[in-house]
Amino acid sequence: MRSKHLGQGILHTFLILLGIVWIYPFVWMLSSSLKTNVEIFNSGIKLLPETPQWDNYVRAWTEANFSGYFLNTVIVTISTVVIVVVMCALTGYALGRVNFPGRNLFIAAITATMFLPKGYTIIPIYQVIKAIGLLNTLPGIIVAESSGAHVLFILLFMTYFMKVPHELEEAAEVDGMGFLRTFWHVMLPLSKPMIATTAIMQFIWTWNSFFYPLVFTLNNPDLRTLAVGMFSFFGEHSVDWSGVTAGASISLIPIILVFVFFQRYFIEGISGSVKG
Amino acid sequence: MAEALPIRANTRKSGSFNKRKWIRYFWAYMFILPQLVFFIVFTIYPIIMSYVYSFYDWSGIGPLNKFVGFENYERLLKDRQFWNAFENTFVYMIGVTALLLLTTLLMAILLNNERMKGRTFYRTLYFLPVVTTTSIVGIIMRMIFGNENALVNDVLMSLGILDEPYPWLGKATSAMIVVIIVGAWKFFGMMMVYWLAGLQSLPRDIYESASIDGANAFQAFRHITVPLLLPIGAVVLLLCVVECMHVFDLVKTLTNGGPYFATDMMDLYIYRQAFDVRGFPSLGYASAAGIFFGLSVFAMTLVLVWISRRAKAKD
Repeated sequence: MRSKHLGQGILHTFLILLGIVWIYPFVWMLSSSLKTNVEIFNSGIKLLPETPQWDNYVRAWTEANFSGYFLNTVIVTISTVVIVVVMCALTGYALGRVNFPGRNLFIAAITATMFLPKGYTIIPIYQVIKAIGLLNTLPGIIVAESSGAHVLFILLFMTYFMKVPHELEEAAEVDGMGFLRTFWHVMLPLSKPMIATTAIMQFIWTWNSFFYPLVFTLNNPDLRTLAVGMFSFFGEHSVDWSGVTAGASISLIPIILVFVFFQRYFIEGISGSVKG
Repeated sequence: MAEALPIRANTRKSGSFNKRKWIRYFWAYMFILPQLVFFIVFTIYPIIMSYVYSFYDWSGIGPLNKFVGFENYERLLKDRQFWNAFENTFVYMIGVTALLLLTTLLMAILLNNERMKGRTFYRTLYFLPVVTTTSIVGIIMRMIFGNENALVNDVLMSLGILDEPYPWLGKATSAMIVVIIVGAWKFFGMMMVYWLAGLQSLPRDIYESASIDGANAFQAFRHITVPLLLPIGAVVLLLCVVECMHVFDLVKTLTNGGPYFATDMMDLYIYRQAFDVRGFPSLGYASAAGIFFGLSVFAMTLVLVWISRRAKAKD
């Protein structure tokens, strides 16, 4: 028994020490964001600053335009989440409850595109956004971020709605509810866990998205999101380390908080994608 | 993926049945319409056009009218920078996969044990890098590794491992090693959760009967867990390979392919051809590179699927 306790102790010590190393880059980022530029270079691994330099955050927020990047990121992320959740809930409901002609073809088609070999699809997507006149606008980025077949989310909603007993729908019909009202008042409220999973996963993906915002803001720096703004800021001010780390903290703290509070939904969503 | 299960047919037979059915069909079509439009415009059309563009000489400005056949592909196969990026991508993929495949399984087995204290805490801790913005992590890592006075050199020197600062991102081999280590660190939590999901899908009663039969922990692992885990492992491996092959955000921000293209990757190379050029971009050429690379990744996944089928058939 004693050796078992000892083994457990060693294991936990190892996991905690490794864990500290694991998240140390973020700790370093936070600590550097409160130091002066001279301190970052000279203090070695000392974590606490002499006096916290909140000014770094003010500088990043106003001079480096992180306030603008932050607002763009929030607008793009929230809009994308709303569009994707609405689209996937509607599609999942239709697929899960109605055996309409073409249903199986639709499911097969969206699933197949996940596995099809494809080329550099950003070029045609760019051309489409240009053709509908949304190039160099925030809606253009939002539409691009909402593109894709969302196969995982649709199948999540579909299997969920399939499991709802038929009696519920029939009872709603007896009460005189039509298709729309049944969906809105009976079915959609039931699917709250699916809505939460979809919303949280899409939120984290869009917040972190780099490639689409990078391509779609090449000609308009005012539309940059945090992920892209940070990159160009570093390119232009690579000496201002405390400013860069303050900007990085502004970008990462919200997403880390969202994850810590809602991680159950996120991890369940990922697990669901592998099991399925 | 979930099967396309047929829905239980509504067996009620009344006079208004047909009308009711068509109303339901109508609403179902209305419900899938937004996704269908998005799907056609932003998924199907781009996939088709990604092939079409690859046969044209096109800068993105003006009409698509200079058909060149396989010329882009011929140029591609002769481009040493293309093959350099191609090779680097494989080195990166193999490096990350080798670092992760078994370590993440081990961590998942540890955290899957219900008697383990603090398992949710550890899971959150080790998963955290996954949810952080890759491009920003790349920049932070550039500051941590990339400077004489940076954290890594500071720590190694104060521990006496290094006598003088080492230019981690300035030398070809060490830059690739740093990219691989950071990439593995960033993806570790994701792999761990994949494995955890797989472990939790294993039947539990089989372990009880095994322990009644007198199997010890190692025997149970060797004869029950391993064969059951192989098919899951094939899926996890596949997800890891595909993810690594398309590395972009991390190298773009951490090394931008440097030093001297030593960490140039496929998606970075294609991006340069399409968007990061002075003068006219060569979208046709970039598309050809995209198709060639897409087909390579596809071929590799087919081989992996084939191997896992063979492995399964043997058991």
